[in-house]
Amino acid sequence: MTLSGTYVLRRVLIALPSLLGISLVLFTVLALAPGDPFGDIVSNPNIPAEVAANLRIKFGMDDPVMVRYFRWLFAMLHGDWGFSFASRIDVDTLILQRLPTTLLVVGSSQILALLIALPVGVYAATRPYSLFDQIANTLTFIGFSLPTFFTGLMLILVFSIQLDWLPFVYRSDITSTGWHFYWDHFKQTIMPVMVLALFQAASWTRYVRSAALDVVKLDYVTTARSKGLKERVVVLKHVVRNAMIPVVTLVALQVPAIFGGAIVTEQIFRVPGIGSLLISAILANDTPVIMAVTFVFSCLVISFNLLADILYAWLDPRIALG
Amino acid sequence: MRGLIRALRWANGMATTLAPNSADVVAEAARPKPISLAQDIWRRFKRHRLALLGMIVLIVIVVGVIIGPWLWTVPINEIDFGARLKPPSATHPFGTDDLGQDLLARMLYGGRISIAVGLAAMFIAIVVGTIVGAIAGMSRGIVDTALMWLTDLFLSLPQLPLLLLIIYLFRDTLKKIVGPEVGVFVMVVVVIGGFRWMPVARLVRAQFLSLREKEFVEAARALGASRTRQVARHILPNALGPVIVAGTIDVAAAIIAESTLSFLGLGFPPDIPTWGRMLFDAKDYLDIAPYWALFPGMLIFLTVLSINYIGDGLRDALDPRRVMG
Repeated sequence: MTLSGTYVLRRVLIALPSLLGISLVLFTVLALAPGDPFGDIVSNPNIPAEVAANLRIKFGMDDPVMVRYFRWLFAMLHGDWGFSFASRIDVDTLILQRLPTTLLVVGSSQILALLIALPVGVYAATRPYSLFDQIANTLTFIGFSLPTFFTGLMLILVFSIQLDWLPFVYRSDITSTGWHFYWDHFKQTIMPVMVLALFQAASWTRYVRSAALDVVKLDYVTTARSKGLKERVVVLKHVVRNAMIPVVTLVALQVPAIFGGAIVTEQIFRVPGIGSLLISAILANDTPVIMAVTFVFSCLVISFNLLADILYAWLDPRIALG
Repeated sequence: MRGLIRALRWANGMATTLAPNSADVVAEAARPKPISLAQDIWRRFKRHRLALLGMIVLIVIVVGVIIGPWLWTVPINEIDFGARLKPPSATHPFGTDDLGQDLLARMLYGGRISIAVGLAAMFIAIVVGTIVGAIAGMSRGIVDTALMWLTDLFLSLPQLPLLLLIIYLFRDTLKKIVGPEVGVFVMVVVVIGGFRWMPVARLVRAQFLSLREKEFVEAARALGASRTRQVARHILPNALGPVIVAGTIDVAAAIIAESTLSFLGLGFPPDIPTWGRMLFDAKDYLDIAPYWALFPGMLIFLTVLSINYIGDGLRDALDPRRVMG
């Protein structure tokens, strides 16, 4: 079974207006904001009035809103994201330094969450209202009622302070070499990844369970059983794949929340990703960085939604035809 | 509690139209006297043990933060360096922070704010969501498409970064206009509510699309009911079940959102001790004063867990087609 190129292209073309819409929202927020976003430079008493006025003209801050929007948008698309006031380097360089760490932590936590949620959800759905199902259900409720910041602090309290097993500050300057380097890296990644994974696994387990519960009652599953197929084959080949279809949609809706959780986690464990960059930029009034990071987060959300759409069509070929 | 009563009152409005759908002939015959829909919902809700437990816990927390500050009259900002970082004791049941301020008093005060933020943000989310969903559901064509595009756009916005951006940009101005406490409160509530209306809008639209084609609405239309009357009397009351459930869960989500902002140090100012803010202050003292983080954290967790269970119970209770196990 192949996925048609036209379908993928169509989804990409649908994603582009969303990106434009988000950029419009971002810019509107910035334009509506009171005061000058670049006020620090312009109102600095050390900068003479005419220099400030020239700066205003240079940045085109007195131009009509539409002109400013398109200029900003083209600059963003060209990769000309401005200059960080606080770090004294180009914003795109700064973000490119930080982005891999965020993607690593978020990516591995999502994979871990999926590895927990899929088997638990499916197993619970095949035995509804059993003891396993009830325990799993209670744990998922606890899991998504625990805010990420509290889970993070609890993990630090137990594993760093009480047991002293894991470091609670993420370091990018590990000096050890060879296998030790990877081991140290692994150790400091455990807790941030766990915090995000537990939270996601909790909500996904619920989705998987209820989706699988809808599917196991369907006739074709009974047919598969009555053909004498092994239970394992019935569950894996007939139930899981079809149960995944609604789950993918729900997971796509969660993507913004995932990155929200990443910001909190990076802040707790001081992971040098774009989430903690955003917080430090806000505390330092570093507007270009704030705008750029928010824009990057938007792009990430849109691309993950696009991925979900394509996955959706792969799981349910009727979608691509419709 | 008031929320529940309101929920039941709303649900009462559904009685006229839901009863025939859910008519369970056997049960009806076995019942000696008819019970109202509110009683029926309460009966279903009670069967969900954990939802009932959640409601009791939530009532205890809410009543506690409302009347607590009158019973426990220690001021929230009394600095006492002699009693810095003291673990729980008779004078300070929940211990003290790094300035020797009483944690129990601060938690009671913070609870008021956290719960008020949750309720107010939920209210905004529901009102906006219902209006958008109702307009989209009643109008066909371009208005519907445009509103749903807007809803989907908002759903794919990175919410926390945008929340932080908006707070960063507008904080100082609002503070100047209405004062620091009210300013931050209004902003946090509006922004959190403004990012949570989309699921409600989608739910309401979906309900409207199916309800407006139902026979009883057609009958009302045939009797000459105006569009407003059709919506207000016939469609909206029937669409509220899922909205109540979504609203309940929104309260929990808003409390988490507010705590997250405060935890990042970008919510309420330091002199207003919300639960999230206390965690933010406590996180650097985890090794010497773990109770400082544990108590507010547990309270956020318990509140959110209770609300989520209540939402789950309401979902079961408000859906008459659902077979209860």
